[in-house]
Amino acid sequence: MASADLTSKRDTDSSSKQGAFADVAPHPLLALLRRLAGRGVAIVTTLLGLLFLTFSMGRLLPADPVLAITGPEVSKAVYDRVYEELGLGRPIWMQFLTYVRRVATGDLGTAATTGQPILTDLLTIFPATIELAIIAMIIGAVVGVPLGITAAVRRGTIIDHIARIIALAGHSVPIFWTGLMALFIFYAKLKLVGASGRVDVFYEGLVTPMTGFLLIDSAMQGQWDVFQSALGHIILPGAILGYYSVAYISRMSRSFMLEQLGQEYIITARAKGLGTRTVVWRHAFRNIRVQLLTIMALTFGGLLEGAVLIETVFGWPGLGQYLTRGLQMNDMNVVMGSVLTIGVVFLTINILSDFLYRILDPRTR
Amino acid sequence: MTVSTEHADSAAAGSLRKWLLTPEPKGWFQSSAQQVHQGWLKFSRHPLGLAGLAIIVLLVLVALAAPLLTIYDPIVQDMAGRLAPPSAAHWLGTDNFGRDVFSRVIYGARTTLYIIMLVTIIVAPLGLLIGTCSGYFGGIVDEILMRITDIFLSFPGLVLALGFAAALGPGITNAIIAISLTAWPPIARLARAETLSLRKADFIAAVRLQGATPMAIITRHILPMCIPSVIVRVTLNMAGIIITAAGLGFLGLGAQPPWPEWGAMAATGREFMLDSPWVIAAPGIAIALVSLAFNLVGDALRDVLDPRGSE
Amino acid sequence: MTPSLIDIRNLEIAFGGGAVRAVRGISFSLGQEKLGIVGESGSGKSTVGRAIMKLLPPTAIVKAERMNFRDVDLMKAGERKMMTIRGRRIGLILQDPKYSLNPVMRIGEQIAETYRFHHAGASARQTYQQALDMLEAVKIRDPERVARLYPHEISGGMGQRVMIAMMLIAEPEVLIADEPTSALDVTVRLEILALLDELVARRNLGLIFISHDLNLVRNFCDRVLIMYAGRVVEVVEARDLDKAEHPYTQGLLASLPSIENPPARLPILKRDPAWLDDIALEQPR
Repeated sequence: MASADLTSKRDTDSSSKQGAFADVAPHPLLALLRRLAGRGVAIVTTLLGLLFLTFSMGRLLPADPVLAITGPEVSKAVYDRVYEELGLGRPIWMQFLTYVRRVATGDLGTAATTGQPILTDLLTIFPATIELAIIAMIIGAVVGVPLGITAAVRRGTIIDHIARIIALAGHSVPIFWTGLMALFIFYAKLKLVGASGRVDVFYEGLVTPMTGFLLIDSAMQGQWDVFQSALGHIILPGAILGYYSVAYISRMSRSFMLEQLGQEYIITARAKGLGTRTVVWRHAFRNIRVQLLTIMALTFGGLLEGAVLIETVFGWPGLGQYLTRGLQMNDMNVVMGSVLTIGVVFLTINILSDFLYRILDPRTR
Repeated sequence: MTVSTEHADSAAAGSLRKWLLTPEPKGWFQSSAQQVHQGWLKFSRHPLGLAGLAIIVLLVLVALAAPLLTIYDPIVQDMAGRLAPPSAAHWLGTDNFGRDVFSRVIYGARTTLYIIMLVTIIVAPLGLLIGTCSGYFGGIVDEILMRITDIFLSFPGLVLALGFAAALGPGITNAIIAISLTAWPPIARLARAETLSLRKADFIAAVRLQGATPMAIITRHILPMCIPSVIVRVTLNMAGIIITAAGLGFLGLGAQPPWPEWGAMAATGREFMLDSPWVIAAPGIAIALVSLAFNLVGDALRDVLDPRGSE
Repeated sequence: MTPSLIDIRNLEIAFGGGAVRAVRGISFSLGQEKLGIVGESGSGKSTVGRAIMKLLPPTAIVKAERMNFRDVDLMKAGERKMMTIRGRRIGLILQDPKYSLNPVMRIGEQIAETYRFHHAGASARQTYQQALDMLEAVKIRDPERVARLYPHEISGGMGQRVMIAMMLIAEPEVLIADEPTSALDVTVRLEILALLDELVARRNLGLIFISHDLNLVRNFCDRVLIMYAGRVVEVVEARDLDKAEHPYTQGLLASLPSIENPPARLPILKRDPAWLDDIALEQPR
């Protein structure tokens, strides 16, 4: 799983060589501002780099962008004119700046299939993916964290082995295959869950989208049959994504907890007479809380990844399916726009979690 | 006659053992061989790791010996016999084009092996070089290289690979390039971390005082020290790489039809999944098995090579 | 003769399924005194301290004819019983406050926790006040400010004071100090020792002082136990240390440098393999 430690350079080495003269020490507010500015610069450069990556992806396309607009039969004059219009003659950095400007104003191009601006499409379908991701995150946290911690506390017992097997399976079995098999078993053979989409076909459009989350919207509007159908449709993809989250989160929780349990302060806590439950949750857990936050952020990135495949398998109308449909239709604008969106979302989550880490861990204050 | 050759054989085996176990090795080759031998002894105490290794060896053998293992051509179609369930003739049945699934899985192993090897050859040196340079030189070089690494890491792996594979066009070479672009950052990070801790070591200072150039220091002194943990990480990440490759294949990027690739097989079999589940079951299990093998081997290798980083 | 607080007979501790014998049959008793246990790394001394509190990892194999704390049979005591003893009746001070204090918990809270756990009905205000009082008792000025700090914000000496406060707040009868000054600067060391001395005397505690520093122990403790390779090789009153009989102790004493009478050559301790077999039993008091 990717990890985006935005300040990969830990400045332990470049310790401040400030002298002992208190009057030369910088004002604390100034120091804070300077730190924030440094962080801001880092974020901006990373964002620009991300944009450059997607920009270069777009430029790599083997298809001639001029011919894509004009068609293959075209005169040199028209070709040259379109070439100028697209700015293809200009230096790369100018093209990049135009690209950045376009993205910043929300112009991601138009989708060939829907004819809509891609940004509009994305805003419409993104909640579907978020809904899936939230369910998966809840499952991952609620099941994964206690599982991992218990596996660490009861190391070597049966529950540790079960956790290990769950984690191994989560890192070995491809998610699209699990999705297919699950569809086969639970839908085709057992008829327990719904087919593709978020609801059965004849419930579509019955609920006015308010939050964009079908489960919430249908519950709020009292349409319980729609709710039931939505539940039946989200449960399988959500559970599968949730399983993979559990695999990752439980492994990391176990690893963090084991690291803490080997520390001296645990002996101190037990020497005070405290019981195992108190030692684990009041002492050890407090030390891994912040690390778990980072893990949650990374899990979300993994969920975006998994959603691409799961949405394709389950026909779930979210960002993932939008991306893969665009891929099938060879609509490169859609593909690049979706990739860019996922990148920006992931980057934002990582920045936020990095930020929260700094605030919440007393050692880094 | 037989007695003397037997003697010679066991004498040869005995002297090999002695050579491997003597407490005072002469020269770099013997001491390296001894280290590998020691590492192997340690590794062989992990039954799961051995199982994983066996699977990987099996993968290589199967890929190499593919024509010997099956009489069916993986590409030739036979529409009359399409979607036949598993039987004595077709161990894993046939797919929607009448091709023997077992044979396609076997030949698909070649694709997988090809991808694994090429990605490793690209990613390991690239990551090592970037990471060690970044860690050793520090300053602006470190800033720039790490910023680049962070940029690549700001996309989830599959998504980045997807973007590049889509941009470059379908095809296995492009898929390999795309996957490599997502696989190098963790290696670079790791190498950099190791380099940072080694940089201050006294022996590095000593070599520098002897007049070694930075590149010489990096390549001859720092890089070798990073190799064990890089090996562990590459092995562990290989499972993810295989799954990403399969994901790309599932989405139509990667090895193009009719060439067998496990992910693509799952995609084409999807339509017929309800009545002919064997078409997707087999390739999926193959992917899972190989990924599992790398996970197990990686875990065992971590205990052998890099105990600090283990649980 | 004061009744012993801790009475141990023939304690054996092994790790790794019995392969590593850390403690090979030691016996001693502790009264209301300062007992020093001195030994090098690997002699088993720290293991003894933790064994009394039953804080060894579950893989440790502990056997003894007797391990009593007053009238409690520690060998037979279950976890629940031990939880009433730890912190409340026996305290344990660890070596380095950088690691032995919980880094994400404020100091006041860590100290108060001991009190609150063993005094179930106490109110929050009462607990807080107790913690502040204890911080004063270990001679930390400005206890309110320190109580709000985190362990990484205080010095090593202060950290050990906090550790002592944490372990004495529930008013135990015995204190086990495992190398309490080894991680401190030399100047701070004396302060902490003085503090320990005062608290032990004022509260009539029994103290087991584990250390590798013979010089420190002979000046601080009443009685000294010398351990070697998991066995007790000598038990002697601190003031009688010069009259030690076992060659290991004599060797240790001889290798201590002296400012007043510097020897021409500082002797090196020669280890006699026979010491691995010797057993010296505690003379009953």
